[in-house]
Amino acid sequence: MPKQSPIPDELDKPFYDACNEERLVIQYCTSCRRYQFPPRPGCTRCGNNASVQWRQLSGRGRIVSRVVVHDTPTSSLIPEQPFNVAAIALDEEPDIIMLSHLPGTPVDQVPIGAAVEVIFETTPATGQKVPEWRVAG
Amino acid sequence: MPHPGVPHSWFRNKDGLGLWEGRGKVVATGVGTSPTARRWDEKPETSMGALTIIAIRKAIADAGISPDEIDGLVLTPESTTGVSNDPKTPPPPGWEKHFKMASFPQAGITRGDIDWLLLNTPELKNVKFMMNGAMCMSVSFVAAAEAVARGLTQTCLVVRGWHNLAGRYYVGVGASALNTASGPFKYSSIWGLPACGTTAMVFEEYCRKYGKSHDQMANFVVTQRRNGLMNPDGFYSQHRPEMITVEDYLTARWIAKPANIYDNDLPIMAALAVVFTTPERAKNHKQKPVYILSHGQTRPEMMGVTPTLEKWEQATDRMGRILYEGSGVGPDDLSFENMYDGFTLFHQFHLEGLRYAARGEKRGYALDLYETDISIEGPNPVSPSGGNNGNGRTRWWNHRDTILQLQGRSPSQIRKKAEIGVSGAPMPDICDALIWSATPPV
Ligand SMILES: [Zn+2]
Repeated sequence: MPKQSPIPDELDKPFYDACNEERLVIQYCTSCRRYQFPPRPGCTRCGNNASVQWRQLSGRGRIVSRVVVHDTPTSSLIPEQPFNVAAIALDEEPDIIMLSHLPGTPVDQVPIGAAVEVIFETTPATGQKVPEWRVAG
Repeated sequence: MPHPGVPHSWFRNKDGLGLWEGRGKVVATGVGTSPTARRWDEKPETSMGALTIIAIRKAIADAGISPDEIDGLVLTPESTTGVSNDPKTPPPPGWEKHFKMASFPQAGITRGDIDWLLLNTPELKNVKFMMNGAMCMSVSFVAAAEAVARGLTQTCLVVRGWHNLAGRYYVGVGASALNTASGPFKYSSIWGLPACGTTAMVFEEYCRKYGKSHDQMANFVVTQRRNGLMNPDGFYSQHRPEMITVEDYLTARWIAKPANIYDNDLPIMAALAVVFTTPERAKNHKQKPVYILSHGQTRPEMMGVTPTLEKWEQATDRMGRILYEGSGVGPDDLSFENMYDGFTLFHQFHLEGLRYAARGEKRGYALDLYETDISIEGPNPVSPSGGNNGNGRTRWWNHRDTILQLQGRSPSQIRKKAEIGVSGAPMPDICDALIWSATPPV
């Protein structure tokens, strides 16, 4: 999928640098013992930024829901319609949802509940890699 | 001149706060609604600002009072959820002949502005209390209710206008048209979800959990249009007075399946103003007072890029508890519900959080309820206003209609006696809502 290339900033550079190394890292507050994503300047619960660190995840998750997009606002994806967007709950913290186009899974055949694993997809404009997910096994 | 936002301490956003201190001390009386349009034609007299002034004058006339009595103004300045001009864009030629200019060039065009409104509504000479209720008119209603209850204003206008410029709302413009993504778009637009995508995803999760289907939404959506077409002020009744059928809904094109075109609301131009005052002063107003019994607020504690079914159910459950605790009424006291519908596929979260028309069920019953008689003639009127879905996107038709229902003069008046109603907006986890009553609390 010809995704837009994310332009990292100071806040999320560790996340995108890790993606380019094919590692999935997200923020974790050591006081609240809680993950959060997307990256934020401090913990969204306790407000502390000193207690927030980057942690590498297993890269495993589960498909909790999906839609099939027929009318996207994003110009680069219009030729790809219809396409899947799935909600992926992370194994480490199922309240955290990441999105996925589920490469390799035909539309209307998304196996809800199935285990998925992270892969990294290169975006065309800058070569920045982003996390993607495919059905495991 | 910058005006204050709503003090955080005014919001009722947690359990255990008891009955609302302002209960029975604030009423709504006059209501004024502007004409609607699909898009702005760039004429000053049809601008969002001009529509707002029309709504204000109609509300004051409807209340049957002198503009001199207005001593408060609470405004929601944001006037779209989509495309806006750059704030520094100058107004179109001729604008200055129609309107006095405020310091902010887009005032009255793509953003509401208290100073601009006061400059251009010169009969409002005595406004001393001014406040901005950010994001949603629900916030402004809560702010005005608190301000009147606290004695900061005696007679207060609550105001919001909407603009809709030429061109498609989000598609292929701005950040969506680029081959790179920055800021929050890095976590949203790269996936290509349309605005309804998140709601569709949680709706899908809901259907799967409770064994429901999208087809069960049909009667709700058709009834919304029917209710909206009864409203002479609504966009559809003014510009597209055609009814839709169950068949239309079931065969409509998908936007983000399971959300189709009818599950999305239509951006429009429109403005609303409502008069709030004390019960004492309302004795001299022309319209019957509608009492505010309490209000509530939810905001999300964001963890991921999209909410989950569990979070939306928790948030709407909390809203139900906060509203009932503050008002002293319960689900069985509601004559109707007018919660937000601008996407249709999340209305049921609001409804179930309030346990509206539940028969012992807590969750997963709303789509079955939609398949019963939810019309204004029936025993359980659902969204009698017709909402955004039946009238166009404003996020305030539901509040407006709740006042009109309890005054007994809604164009889609429910057949049973309207005694207590609830209205709130927008999202299941980002919501401000109020309980209203036709009579003072006992
Ligand atoms: Zn923390």
